[in-house]
Amino acid sequence: MRSRKRILPFSGWHLLLMPLSLLFVLPLAQMILTSFMSDSEINRFPPKFIPSSLHLDGYIGLLTESHILRWLLNTILVSAIAIAAHLVLCSLAGYGFARLSFPGKGVGFFLMVATVMIPTQLLMIPTYLMFARLGFVDTLAAAFVPWLATAFGVFLMRQFFLSLPAELEEAASIDGASTRQIFFRVVLPLAKPALATLALFTLLSSWNDLVWPLIAISDDRWYTLQVGLTMFQGTRRTQWSLLMAGNVIATLPLIIAFVVAQKRFIATMTFSGLKG
Amino acid sequence: MTTFALSRDRHEARSRPRPRRKPRRLRRALTGWAFAGPATLLILGLSVFPAVWAFVISRTKWNGIAPAKPVGWGNYETMAQDPQAAAAVGHTLWLTALFVPSSILLGMLVAVALNQKIRLVAFYRTCIFVPYVASAAATGILATFVFNPQFGAANEVLRRLGLPAQQFLESRSQALPVIVLIALWGEIGFTAVIYLAALQDIPVELTEAATVDGAGRWRVFWHVTLPQLRPVTVFTAVWQTITAIQLFDLVYTTTRGGPLQSTETVVYYVYELAFQTQRFGYGSAVAYGLFVVTMLLTLGIFWYSRRSKIEAF
Repeated sequence: MRSRKRILPFSGWHLLLMPLSLLFVLPLAQMILTSFMSDSEINRFPPKFIPSSLHLDGYIGLLTESHILRWLLNTILVSAIAIAAHLVLCSLAGYGFARLSFPGKGVGFFLMVATVMIPTQLLMIPTYLMFARLGFVDTLAAAFVPWLATAFGVFLMRQFFLSLPAELEEAASIDGASTRQIFFRVVLPLAKPALATLALFTLLSSWNDLVWPLIAISDDRWYTLQVGLTMFQGTRRTQWSLLMAGNVIATLPLIIAFVVAQKRFIATMTFSGLKG
Repeated sequence: MTTFALSRDRHEARSRPRPRRKPRRLRRALTGWAFAGPATLLILGLSVFPAVWAFVISRTKWNGIAPAKPVGWGNYETMAQDPQAAAAVGHTLWLTALFVPSSILLGMLVAVALNQKIRLVAFYRTCIFVPYVASAAATGILATFVFNPQFGAANEVLRRLGLPAQQFLESRSQALPVIVLIALWGEIGFTAVIYLAALQDIPVELTEAATVDGAGRWRVFWHVTLPQLRPVTVFTAVWQTITAIQLFDLVYTTTRGGPLQSTETVVYYVYELAFQTQRFGYGSAVAYGLFVVTMLLTLGIFWYSRRSKIEAF
């Protein structure tokens, strides 16, 4: 079998995978290339794939006609806060649900996991009202508060802690360490891969979130990139160079993060998938 | 150190008359909730609490400004007779029926292909997975560009193939299937990666034994591999059903429910009711209808998998 493969290095599977890969990547490539075209070059049929010369109109237009840099900064802030809070809150709770025994643990965990079934659209109205009363409307809090802790994050960390052998913690406990000391000195250092996974997941979901900032933020200085883009889309339907440039700014950081940390990204998806 | 020891002694002396378990139990409870409490409170506070509130709102007529007027089950009765709600349910069902089976089949196919020992597999995997990281907003904007009837790349491909140009997202009959295509573009990488991991977990001995017994490739896949993938298939079915039912961002950034409400799904209808026409009470009632359906579907798939002894969760 193996020697046959060496003689015949071409497999029929390439005929499926090659065109499929192109289908997945070409639109993104077109997005990046189009962002460097002028609008007159874009609005032309048949469409051009490669820009005839490097135009920065889209990017310049974005900088002068929108608060794009602020939106980028807002998005980075939201994601940073979300990641920091997730790492602290979800690892604490995950450890509690995995290893500690306390009254109400079963019910608490069940309720938390069951919340995944509640559709976001059911929560939109009351969450908006709640945010209005808490003074979160038109502030960044509306964008990051929903991402401080998620059931998925707690679940992910719990699964990880359950997979650790308990002997180390037992040994530390016999040596007289308190639960807090065990958690911070013994368990957490072992949890680095799970924490990295959690951070990537949180980056992806908080960066790409549209619903919460969309319903609670109408002041364009506090938009995140996703909201800014959709608002721009509504008012500048034909200014594709602007829209594509905005798309590149919103997407490229994640694509780069993905290519750099590809293995971990895929591990996240697998882990969440199989054990979720 | 000594003071610590002393205070501890004193503490024990004080609690000696009582049964010793009680304070330790209390401390355990406090420690446990100190760990689990903050996240649990936040998560329940942002889901269970608003969900209960939504139910209260769903039994009123309210525009968010004037005082709410209690109407009992009136909104739910309205919903049962609302043709727009019925149409929205139809669109959501149609979208789910198109999206879920294709995402499972395509994901499985891509995973099987990526599981072959051929060159460039890592490259293919990267390519197919990359769209998953793009936001629905960015994907939607890009899709309106690619599927633009006047100068989009999709019509250019059709032209080169000698086929007539299409209206895509601007056509009442094509918009929903095109949205499904766009959603698949973003989600196949996710499904494929999950199936890939499951394929790699299947013991090699199983497929080898079948091959030795004289089974062809296709029979091995059908009788050995596929049954092994059942738990993942159940999981993917649940996950993608929820994704399809709740698909909002993509609809918002491509068609906003149009043209002529042909892509107005239940979630989009709820958004419109609540945030464009300020019908908070009725919007909440429709959202509750959606919640109940989602729950029944999820529990149904759970029940089915339990009954057929598939351990997916």
